[in-house]
Amino acid sequence: MLMQGKQGLICGVANKRSIAHAIAKSLHREGAKLAFTYQGERLKKNVEEIASELGSSLLYNCDVSKDEDIKKLFEDVKKDMPYLDFLVHAIAFANKEDLEKNFHTTTRDGFKLAHDISAYSLIGMAREAMPLMQEKGGAIVTLTYYGSEKVVPGYNVMGVAKASLEASVRYLAADLGASNIRVNAISAGPINTLAARGISGFTKILEITPQKAPLRRNVEVDEVGDAGLFMCSPWSRGITGEVLYVDCGYNIVGM
Amino acid sequence: MNREEIEKKVKEIIVKKLGVTEAEVTPAASYVEDLGADSLDQVELVMEFEDSFSLGEKIPEEEAAKLTTVGSTIEYLVNKLGK
Ligand SMILES: NC(=O)c1ccc[n+]([C@@H]2O[C@H](COP(=O)([O-])OP(=O)(O)OC[C@H]3O[C@@H](n4cnc5c(N)ncnc54)[C@H](O)[C@@H]3O)[C@@H](O)[C@H]2O)c1
Repeated sequence: MLMQGKQGLICGVANKRSIAHAIAKSLHREGAKLAFTYQGERLKKNVEEIASELGSSLLYNCDVSKDEDIKKLFEDVKKDMPYLDFLVHAIAFANKEDLEKNFHTTTRDGFKLAHDISAYSLIGMAREAMPLMQEKGGAIVTLTYYGSEKVVPGYNVMGVAKASLEASVRYLAADLGASNIRVNAISAGPINTLAARGISGFTKILEITPQKAPLRRNVEVDEVGDAGLFMCSPWSRGITGEVLYVDCGYNIVGM
Repeated sequence: MNREEIEKKVKEIIVKKLGVTEAEVTPAASYVEDLGADSLDQVELVMEFEDSFSLGEKIPEEEAAKLTTVGSTIEYLVNKLGK
């Protein structure tokens, strides 16, 4: 098994539909040992259930808007796991209003919030994860979307935050490469998840994508799961700072 | 699927998701005010309905926003699925 003897932390499971869940399933299938974070008590039970199905009882509460939480998370992880081979960051948030109205109405606070949770959190987590990866090297994987590059109606401030996230991936990769830590992003096509349903035009996106994508369908969450596995595994050991499209080819099409 | 079957399935889904009793799930019951749902529950419910009734297309945002009570959900699904 590809991930035998490897262990890592999965951040961003909300329910069974979460992309983080799909990545965790793929990693588990290949023998990886997993730990999970959950965002507050509201989601604890969901994550507990999913973790136990994947043979894990290592759960940590972490709200990434708080530096203390991120710090404490990795202190706690260290007690249970002396090192991490991989870290999956599948976290994003923006105010619902900012995903409904016109982009030019985005407020300063809404802008800050989206960037804080969706982009800065990767930097904060990568920094705290570093000591746990330094010895053996490691892989950090985050999730992004094409709305960072081209205008997707309704994606708005999240698109701008994803552009910041992708740039952060490159800067982090440059820094952390010296410690043999790789940082990559997966740009997933639209998937029916809780977060996605917060975007006002999401059902439209889900409808239009298969009409244009070369594979003529929407991507399946398990396909993103396997791509996540690849990015965490030694098979991608020569890749860092990259954005890998797992979108049935949608991004290559001009019209 | 007829109206009765739709009603039965809708109720089952709500009872399971929100942990309420069947008696509480009346047509007039509002998810938020009467059944204690939060915004996350509401989105999850819509997705459950889509899957359980194998709706080919997702329920568009403008429609989903109107499904605030058990009754409005049943009406929507009855309309969608014919009789
Ligand atoms: N679903 C899609 O169509 C799609 C496409 C491309 C990229 N993505 C990205 O994939 C990632 C995962 O999203 P998903 O679609 O699986 O939805 P999801 O709702 O299942 O996951 C989003 C996660 O972010 C977490 N989160 C939000 N704010 C947080 C905070 N302050 N602290 C800690 N955790 C917080 C939530 O708890 C949740 O687990 C996101 O970055 C999203 O932008 C999604």
